[in-house]
Formats: sequence, C-alpha cells, structure tokens
Amino acid sequence: MPEAVQRAAWGQTRRQDTWWVEPLIAFIVFTSFIVYATYRAFAGGHYWVGNYLSPFFSPELWGASPHAFFGNVPSWLPAWLPYSPALLILPFPGGFRLTCYYYRGAYYKSHWADPPSCAVGEPRGSYRGENSFPLIVMNLHRYFLYAALIFLIFLSHDAWKSMWFLGNDGHEHFGVGIGTIILTANVVLLAGYTFGCHSLRHLTGGLFDVLSNKPLRKKAYECVSWCNKNHMRWAWFSLFGVVTSDVFINLLSRGIISDVRFI
Amino acid sequence: MSKATFSVWRGDKSGGKLVDYTTEVSEGMVVLDAVHQIQAESANDMAVRWNCKAGKCGSCSAEINGMPKLMCMTRLNTLDLSKPVTIEPMRAFPSIRDLVTDVSWNFRVKKTIKKFKPRKPDAPDGTWRVQNEDIERPQEMRKCIECFLCQDVCHVLRDHQKHEEFIGPRFLVYTAALEMNPIDDDDRVDDLKFKHNIGFCNITKCCTKVCPEHITITDNAIIPLKERVVDRHYDPLKKLLKVFGPK
Amino acid sequence: MAEFQTHEHDVIVIGAGGAGLRAAIEASSAGVSVGLICKSLLGKAHTVMAEGGMAAAMANVDDRDSWKVHFADTMRGGQYLNNWRMAELHAQQAPDRVRELEAWGAVFDRTKDGKILQRNFGGHRYPRLAHVGDRTGLEMIRTLQDHGIHQGITVYMEHTVAGLLKDGNRVSGAIGYDREKGVLRVFRAKAVVLATGGVGRAFKITSNSWEYTGDGHSLAYEAGADLVDMEFVQFHPTGMVWPPSVRGILVTEGVRGEGGVLRNKDGKRFMFDDIPDNYKPQTADNPEEGWRYTQGDKSARRPPELLTRDHVARCINREVKAGRGSPHGGVFLDIAWIKEKISNAPEHIKKLPSMYHQFKQLADLDITTTPMEVGPTTHYIMGGVKVDGETQMSTVPGLFAAGEVAGGLHGANRLGGNSLSDLLVFGKLAGEHAAKYAKANGAGQVHQDQVDAAAKALLAPFERGANAESPYKVQYDLQDNMQALVGIVRKEDEMLKALDVIEGLKKRAGTVGVAGNREYNPGWHTAFDLGNLLTCAEAIARAAVARKESRGGHFREDFPNKDEKGFGTFNHVIRKGPDGKMQLVQVPLTPMPQHLKDAIEQEKK
Repeated sequence: MPEAVQRAAWGQTRRQDTWWVEPLIAFIVFTSFIVYATYRAFAGGHYWVGNYLSPFFSPELWGASPHAFFGNVPSWLPAWLPYSPALLILPFPGGFRLTCYYYRGAYYKSHWADPPSCAVGEPRGSYRGENSFPLIVMNLHRYFLYAALIFLIFLSHDAWKSMWFLGNDGHEHFGVGIGTIILTANVVLLAGYTFGCHSLRHLTGGLFDVLSNKPLRKKAYECVSWCNKNHMRWAWFSLFGVVTSDVFINLLSRGIISDVRFI
Repeated sequence: MSKATFSVWRGDKSGGKLVDYTTEVSEGMVVLDAVHQIQAESANDMAVRWNCKAGKCGSCSAEINGMPKLMCMTRLNTLDLSKPVTIEPMRAFPSIRDLVTDVSWNFRVKKTIKKFKPRKPDAPDGTWRVQNEDIERPQEMRKCIECFLCQDVCHVLRDHQKHEEFIGPRFLVYTAALEMNPIDDDDRVDDLKFKHNIGFCNITKCCTKVCPEHITITDNAIIPLKERVVDRHYDPLKKLLKVFGPK
Repeated sequence: MAEFQTHEHDVIVIGAGGAGLRAAIEASSAGVSVGLICKSLLGKAHTVMAEGGMAAAMANVDDRDSWKVHFADTMRGGQYLNNWRMAELHAQQAPDRVRELEAWGAVFDRTKDGKILQRNFGGHRYPRLAHVGDRTGLEMIRTLQDHGIHQGITVYMEHTVAGLLKDGNRVSGAIGYDREKGVLRVFRAKAVVLATGGVGRAFKITSNSWEYTGDGHSLAYEAGADLVDMEFVQFHPTGMVWPPSVRGILVTEGVRGEGGVLRNKDGKRFMFDDIPDNYKPQTADNPEEGWRYTQGDKSARRPPELLTRDHVARCINREVKAGRGSPHGGVFLDIAWIKEKISNAPEHIKKLPSMYHQFKQLADLDITTTPMEVGPTTHYIMGGVKVDGETQMSTVPGLFAAGEVAGGLHGANRLGGNSLSDLLVFGKLAGEHAAKYAKANGAGQVHQDQVDAAAKALLAPFERGANAESPYKVQYDLQDNMQALVGIVRKEDEMLKALDVIEGLKKRAGTVGVAGNREYNPGWHTAFDLGNLLTCAEAIARAAVARKESRGGHFREDFPNKDEKGFGTFNHVIRKGPDGKMQLVQVPLTPMPQHLKDAIEQEKK
C-alpha cells in the first residue's frame, strides 16, 4: 500500500463540530463510576436496609446482613484481607460491562484515544487492536454474559424482596417504597441491557443463516435485536440504575434520607 | 442568492494545499454542485470524481469540514456557510489529484475474499427457495454503494495504515453479506481471523456513522462476524464440545 | 509524437455497466483474453441507477405469463418498429439470465413460497419484474462485478476510448487514454464489444450521469457502422423537478406500481382523461380498480399511471403547459394518499427505501406524508448501433454492441424493466459471439496513421490552451439547444433550427482549449466528450426531422398521428457517407414469422 495523505497528529482534525464532548462525557462518567464502585466494594457497609439490598452487593454470599446466603463472613478469613461481599461478585458484572461491545467502542475512544473521535488524529502510531493480547480476551464476552444472566435472577429476587416489608406483626406485607421502585427499575434496565447483548443476539439466532424454520429462535432473535438496537441507551441507563440504587441504600442506611412508603 | 467560500484541497501525491474559491449558492444546492460551479467558473482542471449525483454510485466521496461524506448528498443548508467550507480528498488513500484519490487497493482486497458459492439448488430447475425474512440481513449489507467512506474513517486504515493486514469495514460488510446469505455455502470464518484480521476492528462505530446508505455496519455486520469467529476460535466450551462432542 | 502503451486482448469490451460486464464474463468463460475498459471505477456505471427491476417472464407471481406475452408486450410498447428477432430472444432468454444472476449471488426479493418475486410495471401485462426493493440495478451490477473479478478479466478503470482502429473493413482495436494519469493507450483486439450506454447528457434535464455522452454510438458511427432509429429518445415521466440541482434525477416507476398516483394542481388524476384506444381494454377506468391492481388483484386492470412512459410523459407535459402543473413546473406524484387505504402505509412506502431517502435528503421532503413534484426527464435512447439480432454484431465486422448503445430491441419506446434484462440477454450474446469471432478471425493490423491521427485530435485542446473556448460552455449550449428544440414535443422548424445550432457548435467544439496537464483533467475529458455528444445530437435531430409522424418516444406536434402505412414500415438508418457527412436512409422492416404474428394477435384480444 502506497502511503496515504500524511497521518494526522493527536487531536488534529478539520471537523468543526464539538467532537470532543461525547468522549469527554464518557470519560468523566465511566471514570467516576469505576472510582465509586471500587470505593464501595472495598469500604463495604451500609449496603442494606431491611428488605432492600444494594445491587453492588448482590448476591451476597457471605456477609453481615440478613440477605447473605451462607451467613456471616467465615471466621478463618485472615483479618488483614480486605473483604466485602461486593469484592466476590463485582468482577462479573464489571467484566460484562468491560467486555461489552458498546463500552469497548466507547472507552477505546474516551480513555485510550484510539481514536479520540471519528476522523480525529491519534496519539500513538502503533496499534494491535483486539487482534492480540491483551485485548484479545474481549472475545470471552459471552462468558460474562452467562454470569450476567445469572445475576439477573438474583437481582430480580432482590426486587421481589423489596416489595415485602416486615410488619409490626412479625409478618411480611406487600408494599411499595421508593426503594422498591428504584430496585425494580434497576432490574428492568439491567435486563434491557443484558438482553440486548451482542453475544446473546448471536447465540439466540445470529449464528444461523436461516431462521424462518426455527420459530422460537427467530422470536428470541427478534426480541434481542430489538433491545440491541438501543444497546447504548440501555448501557447508560442501567449504569445510572445501579449507582442510584446503591447511593439510595447507602444514604438510607446512614440515616441521611428516609424511605417513603406508597403502599 | 448569496455567496459562500469553499476551501478545496488542490494538489497531488507530492503535496498540496487548501485553495479558497467563492461562488454563488442557491436553494437546494449540494456540495458537488458548488464544486462543479467552481470547476466551470474558475478552475477548469480541478479534479473531482463523480458519477450519478444521486447518492447511488458512491463516487464523490470526500471530507467535508473534516467528516467523510458524499459530496452529492451533502446539502449546503446543512453546513455553516459563514466560514469557509473545507473540501478535502479521503485521507486513507493516496492522492491522485485534487479531490481524487487512488482507491484501487479496495478492488484488490475484494479479490482476496472467497467468492459466492451456491449450495445445491432446491428445485429441479436450478433455483432456490428462500424466505424474505432470511435475506433481510444480506440485503442490508448489499445496499453498499462502495463509496469507501467507511474505509476512509476507519482509524485502523486511516491512522494506522494496516492496509496490508486488515480489510476494513467495507469488506467486512461484503463478507457478512456472503456469510449470512442462505444460498451461499462457503466458509470465510477462518479467513476473517487469520487473513483479514477482523480483530483489528475495535468497534468504535465510525464506519456506521458515515455510511450514506445507513447500513448498521458495526452492529449488523462486524460484531456478528466477530461472534462467529469467537464460536470457532475463542470459545473454550465450544472447543471442548468439538473434541469430545458427537461428531 | 505522443507516446503509447500497448495492450493486447482477444476481445475488448468498452463499458462496464450491466451489458459490458455480462459480455466480458461470457467472453472470458469462452476462454479468450478479455480487456474491460470503463470510464468510471468498476461498479459505478449508470446501471446502478436502475431501480424498478428486470423484466423476465418467469411466471412466479402470475402463471399466465409466458415469453410470448412478454414478446407481445415489448412489440406493442415499441410500436412494432422493434427488431422482432431481438424481442423474441429477449423474451425467451431473460428468465434464464435472471436465474443465473441468482446463482452468482444476487439476493432478490421473494414470493411467499420462496421464489423470486416479480412486480408490476408500466406496459407489462403481468407482474414480471424481478427486483430488490428499488435498487435492482445496484444488485445486478454488484453481482456481475463480484462474479467477474474472479474470471481473469483485465479491467482498465477510468479509461476513455477515443476511437476504434480498423484494418480494412473490420475492427482491429481501439485507442484511448487513462483518465487518472493521462497516458495514451492502444488496445489491439480481434473483436470489440461496445457497451457504453446512452446519450442523455446531450439534454439539459436528464436522469443520466456524466458518462452518458454517446461514446459508443459515436465510435461506431465513425468506424462506419449503421445507427438505427436514433429519433427515439425516451423521456421518463417522473424525474425530480425541485430543487434545481437535482432536476432530472429519476423517481422510479415503482412508486406508481406500489399505488402512487399522478395529480395536477387541482388534485385531479388527469391520467384517466387520456387513455389510448389500444390500451383501453387493459386499463382501469376508475381509481378503485386501479388501486386493486396495484395490490395484486388479478382480476383488476392496471391504473392509467402505468401506461407506457412516452404517453405518461406527454400527459404530464400537457398538464404543465396548460398551467395545471405544480409550483416548480411538474405535477404531483402522490404515494402518501395510500394511508386512506391501508393502515401501515409508511412501512409500505418504505418498501421504496431509496426513493424515501432520496427525497428526504435531497429535497427535504417526506414522501410518506407529502406528494412529490415530478416532471419528464431524458432517460434512455431506444436507437443505437444497428446489430444482427442473433449475434449482436454491427455492420462493421468484429464490432459488437449490447445494451443501450445497441438499437432494435425496444423499437419506438422501451418498456420499463426491459432494459436490465436487455443488458443481460444481449450482453451475454455479444460476449459469446465476440469470442467466437475472435477465435475464428485472428488479429487485424493496427495502422500507425490511425493511431497518430487519433492521438493528435485528443491532444489538440492542450495546444489551444486555457484562453480558447471553454468546453463546458459549448456543452451547456448543446444541452439547452437539444432540450428546447428536440425534446419531448417536436416541431419541424424547431428541429431544423437545432441542426443549424449543432453545425455552429461543431465548429466551436473544434476550437475549445483546456489548461493544466493530462492527469485527471475534467476540462480535457469534457472537450473530448463534446465530439461524441454532437454526433449523437445531430443523428437524433436528423432522424427526428425525417420521421413525419408521432410514434413511441417521438412526438411531433405538426404530425400528431401515427402513420402505419408509411412510417410504420421502415426504420431510419444513419451512417457516415463517403463525403464524411451524415447520411440517413430508410430500411424496410423485415417480415415477421407467422408464430410471432400469432403471439401478438393473441395478446390483442
């Protein structure tokens, strides 16, 4: 290949629009999310209130709350080891987002400037893409999808539990509070995001050239494709969904705000 | 009637610069009209490649205010005419002259992709029976007019010059149309990984953004192909199944 | 003296649209070496603009269809001036050519039972057009291109052929230049296939791209071949009229096939007012029946909007001239109205996606809610190089022609959809027989004096330089002249005036000059195209003056009727006389065999 018109320098472009806004917003939001999530995972605590459980900590395998499946933190765990229920499970939804086809494209731009935006010059000359290590591991996205699907079950269970409040009579009663709405919306948004996954789209039907003779798969493929069309939106809204859920429960648990019961 | 200024890149492979031309603009004009007007009025020898002028042939690709676009489909009323409009040739390809670039690389690449190979016909008269719903995917890909704007904007080609290793979005779309065609029988998955290096694509979706035919290149062509490559080469479970599973 | 690069092939094909590609594929599969020369990049030819579909009597949608019906439709559309042998071969072979295209990778729209879907079109009795939405031409050219690149054909992209070389009577090659670098090239060849398309650029309002400058017509004429029926130019009834910069761009007949109707500014469907007698039995006489027809009701007759193109174009012209047109000098084509009939109208309309985007992007108009403004646009030339129906060879041995550049198949008027099938059927035949000719006849001599003369003429504009006449100016004047005086409605005195103007333009064309160098120099290209355009313009005008009747695409205000006994019995042939001047002769039609006469009679019932 004979050389093209010379390579543009970093940030060089003839674009006149505000091309840097989108990657900048993505940079700020994604970075804030990572910082917040990491802080919460290590800090632990204030992640449950009554029948509400923060999605950062669900499923809670071992922990201090009544939501824990296997009781309290094992006593043999060395005290110097930082532990919170989130540390065990966060890698899975985190990995799902990290290897997500939408997020990849977005943070390659915002965090790695490769490219900073379409038709804008780049800082580095060398490039390996997802063709070799390390980014080749992105190809394992579907395994994170499997995990995410399982997590959806737990989070749905949490949403269900958020509708049942312990009454003064010692029995659980159906009810709806702000937390119920937030946790339910969170599951809906996460489901929209997970069910729009490109890998799922492939696994339900994309791998076949002919779907007309597989009515069930075709239906599933169409549903996933429908969600997939707005995968980016689902990705953003569900991100806000989990953060909102956690912040709400955190503040509630600290007594800074209080829940409102509608029913 | 009003006037507008266009900064057009004039030059050839040895170099060039933007030259300002001012011309009358009127309602409904597209960038290509302005270029033609300049050509007829003050730059008879200004090179520009064009053909149908209706967005169907994909000849008049250029970079207008820095964005890859078809000149014939970019209406002037979508641009800010208060400052000069820059019109440059595609950057991902070598210059021939002025707005014309040497896109022959694309034609060479296409030849390296295994051609269409039909399966056995379904009917004795040598024809196939196919449902409309099963050809929607290849039909979307076959809308491509080969303007090569996606190749131009793809940073793997544009900035990293991987022309020798990577086939670019246009030919991933082309491969997708073949791979998803219910009549085609050949297999291009190994080629995608080893020869055409689909892994270079980091799905930043610029190709989709500039496609004048509105083909959802990334979501409907490249990612489905990446997933087919994963099936074959990266999925450990599938690999295990292949070794131990029923033959 | 100018320098040349020389290339040698058994067969060279000039033009890489549908016909050229098909011819090249056929010739190369016959085992000869093939050079394919095209003015644009490969796959950009004007064929991509074809929208509606390709006509082939496959009877997938209506089993009453057969090649005989298709033949009769083609002959009636052409007002019986067609080369009946070509019409017969075309109708017989088109279905195979379509199926072959599918075997090469074309992805056609399907019927419910999975066969290739066929749609209604003007002048075709049954749904007959195999199609892919409204981008059938693109599908066809891409399929042929993608198949062809694996056939060992040498492609010369962005090359212009400037002249044919002859050895005695026969052709022995061509001379041309590479548009990118300006290198002059000599192509030695045993046979040459012309597939250069038409000549729409001779007119101001046209659906044709810049390439359509009548190169093939002119090359053949200069080489001594006969041109036939050059007066018959088709004006497509529906081109865009607004905004000015897109004036002429085609609006597919498919819009009317899907239920679109034509109205004047008073909202009246004026097409019902004027249905020719010979189409009355097959045409709906009320809107309701017409609507049912577009929805696939086999008992309904077609709406008058789907009458032949020449007729619809003239009706639109009449409305506009009578002051009943739309604001920008067209009439309204309304597909949005079907929302009264069906609930999912917008989706239905988006079955025409290119049209939807074309209007949205170029005219800022949503066709699902607003009627389009349309008017006639120069679209196609029925006339062309006179060829033998069986072999596609012209009257010059070794010179073949296929597609729009060849004349005969369409007679006085072409039916929509017959063009794409024409390209395939006769592209194949031309390729096949060119290869045969090449094998049987060996190479002719290339005579240096011809090469030198051609080169000198080619480079002359540079010697005259930038201060001489501008080629663009001459081209604009020619286009204005043809549009105004030899357009859709013609008159003797106007056309005689046009011929005078053409004489003057020929002189000016000899004085044009260009600046710059030979690399991708559009001024130079235009200077060269002028000669071809002028030859064709003159041929069109001369034949049109001579045909003192109205028939098909040729409408004379001073002779508004058909003259079956006189002008209906011969074709016009134009050739270069011994004195170097254009000569026009009448050639009687060859008698049609009985079985074809029967086929026509059968369909008249």
